[in-house]
Amino acid sequence: MSRTMTIDELRDLLVECAGGDDAAAPAGDISNVPFEDLGYDSLALIETATRLKLERGVVVPDEVIAQARTAGELLAEINERIAA
Amino acid sequence: MTVITGLGIIAPNGLGTERYWDATLSGRSGIGELDRFDTTGYPSRLAGLVRDFDAAQYLPGRLLPQTDICTRLALTAAGWAIEDAGLDTAAVRDYDMSVVTANASGGFEFTHREFRKLWTRGPEHVSVYESFAWFYAVNTGQISIRHGMRGPSCALVTEQAGGLDALGQARRTIRAGTRVVVGGGADSAFDPWGALSQTAGGRVSADPDPATAYRPFDTRAAGYLPGEGSAILVLEATESARARGARAYGELAGYAATFDPAPGSDRPPGLGRAASLALADAGITPAEVDVVFADAAGLPELDRSEALALRELFGAGGVPVTAPKSLTGRVFSGGGTLDVVCALMSIRDGVIPPTFGTRSVPAEYGLDLVLGTARQTRVDTALVLARGRWGFNAAVVIRSVEKGS
Repeated sequence: MSRTMTIDELRDLLVECAGGDDAAAPAGDISNVPFEDLGYDSLALIETATRLKLERGVVVPDEVIAQARTAGELLAEINERIAA
Repeated sequence: MTVITGLGIIAPNGLGTERYWDATLSGRSGIGELDRFDTTGYPSRLAGLVRDFDAAQYLPGRLLPQTDICTRLALTAAGWAIEDAGLDTAAVRDYDMSVVTANASGGFEFTHREFRKLWTRGPEHVSVYESFAWFYAVNTGQISIRHGMRGPSCALVTEQAGGLDALGQARRTIRAGTRVVVGGGADSAFDPWGALSQTAGGRVSADPDPATAYRPFDTRAAGYLPGEGSAILVLEATESARARGARAYGELAGYAATFDPAPGSDRPPGLGRAASLALADAGITPAEVDVVFADAAGLPELDRSEALALRELFGAGGVPVTAPKSLTGRVFSGGGTLDVVCALMSIRDGVIPPTFGTRSVPAEYGLDLVLGTARQTRVDTALVLARGRWGFNAAVVIRSVEKGS
């Protein structure tokens, strides 16, 4: 079984894919902050999903991505698939 | 009546209106060697390049992975224009603010980087942001989203006439009832493919000397140099500007666009007609024009054609003519708007910038081209001309507020 992902790793991936390396960059535990408040739209999440697949082999379908409202929810979906 | 209340400039020879204007008067050039990639084998390597522009300094990090250079230039210039206008966008209803931008190349560098990923690494490596980053309308969209401007907005693609056409469309939008329009142009195409596209057009100068490569109306004119940049203005209904106590740089008093006849036609090109229609639209005679900012193609045939059109309208030597764009290269959609900014600054400071680089103008042109140094003179009314390849012509009349309609 692969190692599960941490919230910090997910945050770094989000920043890498969709930007945020500035004063408004998400810091600390972003698990319960809505993506909208973090400034990430659906395209940012699709870009992130593509990278998850390429770099970690984790396939999170677009419809699941679209349902995730927070980084915590998305992380749960990712780790469920890593564990499976 | 439509007035201009804010200016945002990113030009090869200056970031910000004052630095650009200072460069324009003093002859500081933005032309340099293209050094963004290995240009071995390229027939021309000179261009008007924006340097020292760090987008991360001006834009939120969220916008960087999704924007081409041209969009970063447009977004930054738009932000500066809104700031310069002292416009509190939160205090204006979102549907009362519109965006009209022109763009000729699309997101070239971004797109070609994604193409490279597609061919070398596979489709999954292409950025999802390619879906809009390539698109001519993306600058209008990004400005609209960033500043919450939801009024009637559009994008214009008329090659190098675009910057003036955008201002004409902005005025039309204001006349239809929108209070504020953010309008202008932005372009950049200096990735390996973009630079090749420029030279493949056959009109780019192969002269390797930055001081002489682009010298419009000169006896030895041998082509133009391409440039990149953005000039975005805030245009406003007079009542709106007055109500919020805004300073107006000048009035957008006249505008017209024409299209050239088909190749081989015996009818003349449409530039002169665009100029006379714009004057008529402003309700003024040629005698009232204090300066013409020429399209200034830098190719003998096109220079002669423009000179002829001006001579017909104004008489030989009938009006001072100038082309500050020899210092920036032709900035495509941003070019016409940059010239409008020069016109507004000429009105403000009572000075006409010279055409640097050009030394001797054929007598047959009958042009009073401002050469060598800036000319001190009162300027109330300026005519700005632009031509886009394949037939586009646009003309704008800018007037001082005192002389305005």
